[in-house]
Amino acid sequence: MTTLAPDTTFLKRLGRFMRDNPVIPLILLLIVLIGILEFMRPGIVNERWLGNTVKFAIPLAMLAACQTLTMLTGGIDLSAGIVATITSFVMATLVPVYGPTGAILLSLIPAILMGLANGIGVAFARVHPLIMTLGTGLIGTGCLQVYQRFVIATGSEVPEFLAWLGTGRTWGFPNALVLFIPFAILILWGQRRTGFGRLLYALGSNERAAKLSGVRAWQVYMALYVLSALIAGIAGLLYVGLIKAPSLSLANPLMLPSIAAAVVGGTSIFGGRGGYAGTIVGALILTVLGTLLTLLQMPEGARRILFGLIILFVTALYVRLTDQR
Amino acid sequence: MMRLISKNRWTMGLFVVLALLFVVTKIIQPDFGASGVESLARASLPFAFATAAMAVVVIAGGIDLSVASMMAVASVTAAVLMQGASDAMAIPIVILVLVIGVIMGAINGALIVITKVPDIVVTLAMLFVWEGVALLILNAPGGAAADWLEALIVGGTGLLGIPKALIVLAVCVLVVWIPLRRSRLGLSIYAIGSDENAAFRSGIAVGRTRIIAYAICGLFAAMGGLSLTMSTGIGEPIPGPYLLASVAAVVLGGVVLGGGKGGLIGPIVAVFILRLVRMDLTLMSVDPNVTTIVEGTIMVAVVMLGGVLAIRSARS
Repeated sequence: MTTLAPDTTFLKRLGRFMRDNPVIPLILLLIVLIGILEFMRPGIVNERWLGNTVKFAIPLAMLAACQTLTMLTGGIDLSAGIVATITSFVMATLVPVYGPTGAILLSLIPAILMGLANGIGVAFARVHPLIMTLGTGLIGTGCLQVYQRFVIATGSEVPEFLAWLGTGRTWGFPNALVLFIPFAILILWGQRRTGFGRLLYALGSNERAAKLSGVRAWQVYMALYVLSALIAGIAGLLYVGLIKAPSLSLANPLMLPSIAAAVVGGTSIFGGRGGYAGTIVGALILTVLGTLLTLLQMPEGARRILFGLIILFVTALYVRLTDQR
Repeated sequence: MMRLISKNRWTMGLFVVLALLFVVTKIIQPDFGASGVESLARASLPFAFATAAMAVVVIAGGIDLSVASMMAVASVTAAVLMQGASDAMAIPIVILVLVIGVIMGAINGALIVITKVPDIVVTLAMLFVWEGVALLILNAPGGAAADWLEALIVGGTGLLGIPKALIVLAVCVLVVWIPLRRSRLGLSIYAIGSDENAAFRSGIAVGRTRIIAYAICGLFAAMGGLSLTMSTGIGEPIPGPYLLASVAAVVLGGVVLGGGKGGLIGPIVAVFILRLVRMDLTLMSVDPNVTTIVEGTIMVAVVMLGGVLAIRSARS
């Protein structure tokens, strides 16, 4: 017993530390990963590489924002990747007809509709968000395929503004930061300092208690899922500016990493704990990890296995560290 | 007799709906007959196995999101091993694939029990893991299936004009389900689904029962994967929409999400209803993509209805 005691208190302390400041160990992990990368391929880590990493991490971090916000209430948004794909595809095909501004505004309509459908399912029918968003994602994919058959003639075009935002850089910094920094500040401020943000935490930690204290849960859920879809749509617009080739499965490969980024970032998938700061570092970690796996010529299958195991391992670790009795 | 009917009201209702849908189909397509039923049975086979797999874990109070990925693993394993193998070799291959299914399911169950992470998260992570395994085994659709296995479900009718696929389904499900339902183990599965604490206090090894329930789920998923390979002749590493379809069929089949209630007959009848709706839309020459939308909408609506019903029953 005596030998075990200091060990458990250390674990407990570590658990508390991880729970309170998930960002610090995460940044350490990020630095270690970059170190491994530099060790494997000396000279790879330079200004250009950093810019590229940040550039690819930003759309991922935005999609991971959808997961973070929904996870705070104990939910998840599996339709985010498809919403991003739909928005980017619709936007690109509408540009020749309505011009960039009109196309961007119109393309956000399907995103809002999908968010509304998710919200209705979660708020009123109390379907588990996972199942609900999976279903709307399936419907959305079908709609996109039907839509594609109608617009095949008009052609598609990525507006110059989005390409500038997605790929350009100013003084070595990616232009996407112009969009991302205000976005991140807004989310970080919103989650802790606004009523809406606190309601998310309240519903996630104890829905019954929140309802008994007068929270109208359905309004929060509706707003949350519409917001999530809107963020996913904007992330899709940014991503198509980066990739420059709209397709029917553009952002779908980002789906799994976006969940992993939020989970690695310390947001509990059961709700009530975590935040966006960790998610941003999580997105950076996963982007660096992606580069690492590409260097190792890891096949797609092994990559999915690894990401799946990361989600499982980190969640199990958090359960163990934070639920110690 | 009356008691049997009132006890199985929901399932009876499903049979009535199915019969009505057959009538509708006959009206849309007057020459709908044995061959139509045959293709319906064949198309439903993988969905029926996926639903059976899902139903077992839902009855045990859980959910398994990795059903479709496990089916993909089974499908590609069978297809890769059978390529170039003799007909006789196919039998040990089938057995091997079924064993792999049981092992995959048991791994899911064991992870849930050991890590104490909720089933929905564990199986979400395992969904990606099994998907990755399937991609590692076979990167693109390919492989082959033994001829006699294909002949087992494709084409023609078997005994008494019943489609072969339906016979295969009935035999596979009954061989697993009937002994289980009658045994102590089956009762334990229902018990942990309806009240885990009460089950624990009545001396049921909750953890072990849960692992077994997931293992049976894996077994059915492996059968589903095999049936996919059997009906198409190739292995498919990217799973189809079996996850959502199985959840919808389970809910429509009268198994309450939350556990402890229902059986396998209702969900499997529900599968045929959902497939027949799709077939009717195809017969009316609706664009296949529109059919996907309609089907998805129906499935989401069913799941939402299930949610509303669950709230109702919790209130009363």
